Amino acid sequence: MPDTTVPNAHSNQPADAHAGVYRYDEFDKTFIFERVEQFRAQVERRLKGEITEEEFKPIRLMNGLYLQLHAYMLRVAVPYGMLDSTKMRRLARIARVYDKGYGHFTTRQNIQFNWPELKDIPAILHELAEVDMHAIQTSGNCIRNVTTDQFCGAAADELVDPRVYAEILRQWSTLHPEFTYLPRKFKIAISGAPHDRAAVQIHDVGLIAKKNGAGEVGFTVYVGGGLGRTPYLGTKARDFVPVAEIIGYLEAVLRTYNQLGRRDNIYKARIKITVNEMGPEKFIGLIEEEYARLPRQKYYIDPAIVEAIEQHFAPPPWENLPAVSAKFEAAKAADPAFARWTRSNLSAHRAPGYAIATISVKPIGGIPGDIEAEQMEAVADLAERYSFGEMRVTHEQNLVLAHVKQDDLYDLWLALDKIGLGTANAGLISDIIACPGLDYCALANTRSIPIAQQISERFADLDRQHDLGELKIKISGCINACGHHHVGHIGILGVDKKGEEFFQILLGGDATQTAALAEIVGPGFSYDEIVNAVETVVTTFVGLRQPGERFIDTLARTGHAPFKEALYARA
Amino acid sequence: MPVLDHGREIEDRWTDLADDAALPAEGGVIVSLERWRAERDALIARGQPVGVRLKSNQLATELVDDLAHLGVVALEFPKFRDGRAFSAARELRERFGYKGEIRAFGHIIPDQYQFLTRLGVDTVVVPADRVGPAWAHALNEISIAYQPALQDHGTVSLLRRHVKAEIKG
Repeated sequence: MPDTTVPNAHSNQPADAHAGVYRYDEFDKTFIFERVEQFRAQVERRLKGEITEEEFKPIRLMNGLYLQLHAYMLRVAVPYGMLDSTKMRRLARIARVYDKGYGHFTTRQNIQFNWPELKDIPAILHELAEVDMHAIQTSGNCIRNVTTDQFCGAAADELVDPRVYAEILRQWSTLHPEFTYLPRKFKIAISGAPHDRAAVQIHDVGLIAKKNGAGEVGFTVYVGGGLGRTPYLGTKARDFVPVAEIIGYLEAVLRTYNQLGRRDNIYKARIKITVNEMGPEKFIGLIEEEYARLPRQKYYIDPAIVEAIEQHFAPPPWENLPAVSAKFEAAKAADPAFARWTRSNLSAHRAPGYAIATISVKPIGGIPGDIEAEQMEAVADLAERYSFGEMRVTHEQNLVLAHVKQDDLYDLWLALDKIGLGTANAGLISDIIACPGLDYCALANTRSIPIAQQISERFADLDRQHDLGELKIKISGCINACGHHHVGHIGILGVDKKGEEFFQILLGGDATQTAALAEIVGPGFSYDEIVNAVETVVTTFVGLRQPGERFIDTLARTGHAPFKEALYARA
Repeated sequence: MPVLDHGREIEDRWTDLADDAALPAEGGVIVSLERWRAERDALIARGQPVGVRLKSNQLATELVDDLAHLGVVALEFPKFRDGRAFSAARELRERFGYKGEIRAFGHIIPDQYQFLTRLGVDTVVVPADRVGPAWAHALNEISIAYQPALQDHGTVSLLRRHVKAEIKG
């Protein structure tokens, strides 16, 4: 029998009953409220002085609570980016009641609140638990929120629904007794399709679904990817691990890393350093030895479990629709601004007559990923009306409604546009990833958000953006690379030079299945020069491009030389 | 130092012996790995219980040929953030089938206690000023476990509980 917690199709159901989220059963609910009470007691012990701040730190971090430059920040987990309208409304409420009325979507598909007070945290966690949410392991040296493809369950090229395995891994990694005090944080990403939209090769472990010769589904496993100070793309550890064995294999990876990862220097503690200092072959050999001897049957994922979890992610009841919608075609012909949005913000859906819509959380001149409580509520309403009450947070800090009827797209866009979320820029130059930078972060060397805002303003003309085509700018305010500058088509890295902010330009990064690390093009630019420098890169591209080429295509053909020339020849 | 078992203080039957301390005439002793290696035959011939301390950078594999002689293996936490001993405990139990006592000592916080017991640790050595109800409490705060471990006292693992639900349904 399927898991009974999945709503019955014929009962009186809430509007988001078909959203593709995992719904807690009695065990999960017991656990999550126990965890809230545990943290409440830990806060009390800290306030009484029974534990030191040093000891409290990892405890609060493992509950998502950071201390930033000006205040505490609470990072709430959005498991593999999936939200339903009930959850989104609760996030809006938390933003309004406990914060300054907004939240911030992150590159790890989570949401951060920048101004909560310590005394309110147990209450916030309790409010989250009421809607099957938590902030567990969104920080700390543990296995973090598993991320995946924002088009999961809707894309046509999917071999497995990555949410099923992301959820299995979420459960497996939750308060894992052995792997909660690792040398450093540990990030896992899963792509259920060969076309990697989850940037898996820049994660500590990346999984990409594939079929073997016998037609069985499994994962190709990459280890040791990561950005930060020392960027590496993951090394392929195994071409094929059957889906049922993936937890066992990951136990072997984590045990090897937990025992051998460096603990003498936090900048050398990620698995990527261990893999590359030891040599990938040797490290992978150790994983294989561990895997060969551990009691595999203990970790074997029973097909019954997979089936039970699959019920949570069953396809919503799509209607049988013609592949082409006359209404949609007519709206595009009548409204050029809408037509432009459809070119950048829609992706192909596997069901005829449906589309995947990306909601840009990057309005021109806005702060990438910031969203107001009222916008969250409006999106929750729109999701209920047009997409089974479901939303996804993307690693590019946008939102996705994955199941929109083509007939409804025009009404959806009009409504989005009214609340400032209708910008036709997904994947374009103003769809910028930026870290919080010096405006919030205690580690940052430079500002990051204002650079993103100025670039967005400079290229505000949407026709120009569309003409430039796909162009991904990613900005980090320090070498820790939270803004993924290493995998930007144009990456920008903020550095401190004798107290002054400077910005280096990197070119040619790629976070997809053709993953590549960007290279620094030359000396940095000042705060006042950097936007002009970006424009120089862009106009150089326009001068060089051949028909149909994207920025990275041209760059791959010409190399960096003409860009370097244009940037530095003037001097 | 006080020793906790199931959150309660127990009488310690082991003497923790420094490398330069003389062997007592009677009673069980715990020695460093280095001393164990240097004096292995004498320690066995002594006919009294003996155990070995492992530093956090000494893997459980160091003791693979010795475990039959050891009544206890003591795992050090130099800092509570150094989680290598969690893997060492698991390897001792799961890989090497060690049945003797496993104890943890050093810098450990109550919030780690349940993880330790789930991985096969029996006893925890705690400085006198840190003994308190938090330890026993920590064993009961969370009643659900999402992954298989070694001693799941009354907890339910993900991999079992769904199968159970299947049978019931």
